[in-house]
Amino acid sequence: MIAERHLNAIILAILVVIPAYAVIADEPFTITLATKAVILALAGVGLNFALGQGGLVSFGHAAYFGIGGYAMGILASHAQSYTPLMEVPFVIEGTNSMPVIWLVAVISGGLLALLIGALSLRTQGVYFIMVTLAFGQMLYYFAISWPAYGGEDGLSIYVRNQFPGLNTLVPIQFFGLCFAILLIVLFIVNRLNKSPFGLALMGAHQNEERAKTVGIDVYKMRLVAFAISGAITALAGALFADLNRFVSPVMFDWHTSGQIMVFIILGGVARLFGPIVGASLYILLEHFLGGVSEYWQIYLGAILFFMVLFAKGGIIGRLSKKEQTHGG
Amino acid sequence: MADSILDVRDIHKSFGALKASDGITLDLKPGEIHALIGPNGAGKSTLIKQIAGGLNPDSGSVHFMGRDVSTMSVAARARLGLARTFQISALAMGYTVLENAVLGAVGETGSVFRFFKPAMKDADLLGRAYAALDRVGLRDQAGVITSELSHGQRRQLEVAVALTLAPKAFLMDEPMAGMGAEGSKELTTFLQDLKHEAPILLVEHDMDAVFALADRISVLVYGKIIATGSVADIRANADVRTAYLGEEDAA
Repeated sequence: MIAERHLNAIILAILVVIPAYAVIADEPFTITLATKAVILALAGVGLNFALGQGGLVSFGHAAYFGIGGYAMGILASHAQSYTPLMEVPFVIEGTNSMPVIWLVAVISGGLLALLIGALSLRTQGVYFIMVTLAFGQMLYYFAISWPAYGGEDGLSIYVRNQFPGLNTLVPIQFFGLCFAILLIVLFIVNRLNKSPFGLALMGAHQNEERAKTVGIDVYKMRLVAFAISGAITALAGALFADLNRFVSPVMFDWHTSGQIMVFIILGGVARLFGPIVGASLYILLEHFLGGVSEYWQIYLGAILFFMVLFAKGGIIGRLSKKEQTHGG
Repeated sequence: MADSILDVRDIHKSFGALKASDGITLDLKPGEIHALIGPNGAGKSTLIKQIAGGLNPDSGSVHFMGRDVSTMSVAARARLGLARTFQISALAMGYTVLENAVLGAVGETGSVFRFFKPAMKDADLLGRAYAALDRVGLRDQAGVITSELSHGQRRQLEVAVALTLAPKAFLMDEPMAGMGAEGSKELTTFLQDLKHEAPILLVEHDMDAVFALADRISVLVYGKIIATGSVADIRANADVRTAYLGEEDAA
């Protein structure tokens, strides 16, 4: 057993060393895999805030991942075709600037989570899971049947969007960008966890009655947490779409929601670095087992099964002792 | 009765044919301990829920500090200064003792929506939390995980968390439950002091404690208050003897 923050440092080091090695060995595909792991980890960090810290088991986080993806797809496709998004009452142009796209993704993901959360947080337990799932699927079918942006076929973006001062088409530069965002978000989430807000959020997760009796408006607090969670996952969605230069309704699919949840369970629920370990392991399995068999998810299922049975805190929980978040 | 801190006026609450609260009127005056006793199923818990929030009466009203709080949420009433302790400890079991106390301070100071400064480094929150722990004698246990506390210590922590709210009134649901004789005695002395700070509405099964502590006692039977009065009045009341105390005498 090692201290969690040492383990976290090792995880970050591995995430830096592998792509660095890939640059030297000239294996761009490895960098792409690492980038994918980082982006999916970010999506997991978003869900983990609601699920791990807040105890809100959302089975519909594909909604935010997807809206982030479409924020990128829609803005970039208009920039690509030089047609404005809308002209009346005022003109909105498309854009291929990443910072603008990220901002749009974060805001739309946050607002969508606010809307979905406002309705679904009135329910609890299994009902909450089902309601969030239903909202996710609604968006999935909406995306499929909306012809303006490719419908079922999705949208292809031919050139990756731009970030000032970088050539985003160079794999290692795009990796660096995604990695930097992950670090910033981890820093913010860590601060959130330790803040009075985080203390109250996790307190209400442990004992809702207690939080209410000390005067905390639990519904409002959870709604804010849900919006933050959705905004982070939406940001990951925008990056994921940019990685693939493609966005399709699959991003909204409930499989995607399940996949994001798997990262957290594999890595460790409510652990800051849980989603990073989980997403990385997922990508590794997909890559290596996927080469062995088309049905590699059978093995994933088996791993998940043993994880849940024998390592409740996920991989991080197995390797390190739980630290008090607030360090009383 | 304008000087009452808490004023329950003629509340009715039925579940189907069962009248859990059948026209209950009671009040809590500054500086007193008002004990609520009654046999199992008398409707004590239902009454407490209507006072604390979470259950709205069918008719009648609850006034707290001169305001009608009948339809306010639990959290809103708590923010007004209505502190509650539970029969079965309701604490964040994975948190340390100090974290639980800070949680109370977060509620009291309305700092839930502060997102960046670590809660456990906030001098104001810590000060409030430690002050409350000091008063119940739990300061030495500040770093202990709550689930590792003894039953009696959990009860003390419940009181400490309630204290962080700087309450105007306490609602205590069987604070003595499961406490040893020694613990009960200590808590009795403590509550005797506490009532001068904020009055206490006390639901308690421990009759020795009730008779030792209460300034007034109300007896609830089948959703009705059959008597309210001083310890002497209640001891002497014939209805009460048959309805409630009689059972104990026979035992």
